[in-house]
Amino acid sequence: MHRTGENRMNATPVEESLREAAAGAIADGTVGVVIGYGHEAGSDVATPLFARTPEQARGLVFDATCVGNLAIYLPKPEVRALGRTGLVVKGCDLRAVNVLLREHVIEREDVFLIGVRCAGVCEPPLHKCTVCPVHDPSGCDVTLGDSVEQPTADASRANALVAEMEAKSIEERWEFWKRQMTKCVRCYACRQVCPLCYCKRCIVEKTTPQWVETSPHLRGNLAWNVVRAFHLTGRCVGCGECERVCPVDIPLGLLNQKMAGLMEQWFDFQSGLAPDEQAPFTTWDPNDPEEGIL
Amino acid sequence: MTEKKTTAAQRDGTDWQPRIVAFLCNWCSYAGADLAGMSRNDYPAAIKIVRLPCSGRVDPMFVLKSFERGADMVLVSGCHPGDCHYSSGNYHARRKLPAFRELLGFMGIDPRRFKISWVSAAEGNKWSSLVADITEEAYALGPFQEFPKCTAPEKTG
Ligand code: SF4
Ligand code: SF4
Repeated sequence: MHRTGENRMNATPVEESLREAAAGAIADGTVGVVIGYGHEAGSDVATPLFARTPEQARGLVFDATCVGNLAIYLPKPEVRALGRTGLVVKGCDLRAVNVLLREHVIEREDVFLIGVRCAGVCEPPLHKCTVCPVHDPSGCDVTLGDSVEQPTADASRANALVAEMEAKSIEERWEFWKRQMTKCVRCYACRQVCPLCYCKRCIVEKTTPQWVETSPHLRGNLAWNVVRAFHLTGRCVGCGECERVCPVDIPLGLLNQKMAGLMEQWFDFQSGLAPDEQAPFTTWDPNDPEEGIL
Repeated sequence: MTEKKTTAAQRDGTDWQPRIVAFLCNWCSYAGADLAGMSRNDYPAAIKIVRLPCSGRVDPMFVLKSFERGADMVLVSGCHPGDCHYSSGNYHARRKLPAFRELLGFMGIDPRRFKISWVSAAEGNKWSSLVADITEEAYALGPFQEFPKCTAPEKTG
């Protein structure tokens, strides 16, 4: 899977059209920068590439190593200072962009979206790719690549890991998460990488009062991970970046999937499928479930 | 409000009494609890009431913080749907709080320790029987120690 800089010469057809689209958008002033993927010697995954000239756009690649979610860059003031942002997005990345749009963190005219149809990244494909509902990103300014067959969503497969956890007793679940959360070193990489964790000041940094204990003991770690998962409920798009970057391999995706499944089950809602959707926690319905309320 | 020594503690021969933290909205549930007191209803004193403007004001972190500081059970109570003083606060609470309870349960924190209820200003009797019921349940569940006590670094390997 690993490719070095030299391989940039033998570009695939989709890479050719990607470079052309990016170089064109930079040359005619549509964007100030195109953020896409490039290869860097020594890295197994594609690294972010900021192309500000048509020549730099020649370095853009698109292959199974393009795992990262580049939507993370969109809200950043230092990126916005470069001018209108061109962004290379897979379907899953586009979902994060849609959330940023619906939350008015960015406006549609701030971005030029270069969508790439994607059958899945990594070898073997990531779990999220095997259950991906958006192989073909829609609503981009340009969309490249061959069409990908969209299998019908199989909810039971998407939620298999959650169901497995829910089959366990409360005590077993506690033991499981205790083992996991004990490992957390509170590096907050999960937050830093999340395209939707854009708050200027995170609750974990608030000290008057201190909502989350910052010491990396189990109680503080649990509180942190509960609040992280909950602040992303109805928002998380399942890009999997948090779990990928966690240095101690805590299955954060499992928490996200649990909450995403709940939103689907209770409110028939999947986050990030459209930029004008209404997030479940920003609205209500008089007929909402009353289950478990005394 | 009248205090009543609960018999469960004596039954077990221990002095332990559960601590239940209750977040009540000012307009309905707090008034309901007040009515229970004015009507001289008997109910267990295990409950510690925090008055808030609205059940929609309850950040789930209040719940977690209460557990952290030693609550054995947390209750959030507000106006019945349709009766919110701010028209929709309790509707928002009805989405967020049960979802939070699901998350706690998924992580192995017994969801029975987190209660949600609607009690109106006229329901003094509902309030006293609710408190009696959940106090009884809190006794049955016993002290909640897993979460508040887990501050020591775990020994691994
Ligand atoms: S919480 Fe994780 S999976 Fe969800 S959007 Fe953020 S980084 Fe992606
Ligand atoms: S990335 Fe992992 S170790 Fe770091 S704070 Fe998040 S959960 Fe903890």
